[in-house]
Amino acid sequence: MDVTIIDAGIGNIRSVVRMFEEVDAEAELASDPAEAADARRLVLPGVGAFDAGMAALNQRGWREMLDRLALERKIPVLGICLGMQLLCRGSEEGAAAGLGWIGADVRRIDTGGNPRLKLPHMGWAEVRPARANPLIVDNGELPRFYHVHKYRVVCDDPADVIGTAAYGTSFTSAVQHGNIYGVQFHPEKSHKFGMVLMRRFAELPC
Amino acid sequence: MLMPRLIPCLLLSRGGLVKTLRFKAPKYVGDPINAVRIFNEKEVDELMVLDIDASREGRGPDFAMIEQIAGECFMPLCYGGGVRSAADAKQLFAAGVEKICLQSAFFERPEIAREIADHAGEQAVVVSIDVERSWRGTTRIRQPGRGRSPFPDWQTALVEAARMGAGEVMLTNADRDGTLAGIDIALVREGSVLVDVPLIAAGGANSLDNVREVVAAGASAVAAGSFFVFYGPHRAVLITYPRYDQVRALWQAAA
Repeated sequence: MDVTIIDAGIGNIRSVVRMFEEVDAEAELASDPAEAADARRLVLPGVGAFDAGMAALNQRGWREMLDRLALERKIPVLGICLGMQLLCRGSEEGAAAGLGWIGADVRRIDTGGNPRLKLPHMGWAEVRPARANPLIVDNGELPRFYHVHKYRVVCDDPADVIGTAAYGTSFTSAVQHGNIYGVQFHPEKSHKFGMVLMRRFAELPC
Repeated sequence: MLMPRLIPCLLLSRGGLVKTLRFKAPKYVGDPINAVRIFNEKEVDELMVLDIDASREGRGPDFAMIEQIAGECFMPLCYGGGVRSAADAKQLFAAGVEKICLQSAFFERPEIAREIADHAGEQAVVVSIDVERSWRGTTRIRQPGRGRSPFPDWQTALVEAARMGAGEVMLTNADRDGTLAGIDIALVREGSVLVDVPLIAAGGANSLDNVREVVAAGASAVAAGSFFVFYGPHRAVLITYPRYDQVRALWQAAA
């Protein structure tokens, strides 16, 4: 299997599976931590509230398995949407501690005071690569991705930012810290741009 | 740059894809799976599929067909029609749908929006409200199905939808459905300030110029049927969707 997708009940995983199929990557679901033990690459999808997401990971014993895979075995990990936010220390949205794998906090989107900009930010946004990285690439056309979020990730170290987008003000749309990747948008729902990203993730050395 | 969504809205009836005129006279426009495939190739922002028979016939969604449609969508898919419970919604999410559009069920039991949002998040719930205008131009809510509306007017319904957990509301002027007469700008202006969540405007969209006006009036997205499935004065069936560079130029000019 190229990719193992965590099915902790906090995200709609069906379209993630479908997108990996489309780019000829072998993907499997793990609905129990033991099923992820031999994962080569890990995807953590998630939607909903921060505390509910962390509660799901803490309750089912996912936490220990995830720490082992990400921090000890250091396999490539991709957090999607809430999954990206869970990689951080914590969120303004809740009180729970996050996974803390990336030196970052999650704060509410700053629309720059424009009352027209409703929350959640729901729609497509061009994502500009912030530095050379394997996932966000500009092949003569800026990639654009479907975003749905009220909160954004704020990194301590600007070097962890690999992609930025804007909704009123600029925000971090993609991060990488070593083997840990996170995207605020939904690559599984972002046409060819998402396909390229998922393909590239499934081909990361592991 | 802000990029409001342009959402083709496809209507299902008797296993086919149809387009209505003022919610009546469904005209067959093609095979649903084929149409979805074309819209996917055109890289549309999002797709909405509404089964217009389901609630009227008192039946649930056609899960097998929806699953087939979802398998062709590499963009967000919103489904509406015959959703009666959070369990229905759960089955739809498992079939690959991202959002559920509620109307009849919301009028019967507004709490259903909250129940689905609690499970799948508010971003997964759209509540759709239809409005019609009298000959004097006054607006009134268009009640789906029979029975008394729990809401005195559409404004209350809209506010209640957002309060009950809808992450988005859709506001349609039913008189303009299928007419290509342009979206009711005044309605959008009035509706968009009532809620903090994104508003999808629908009913009569006819051009990118119209879309620009609607967005300037406060809509976060525009849904349309005829605009994307008919072409020319004789309403020949032809699926079209503006190219990204056209849309991008539009929003860049607006910003």
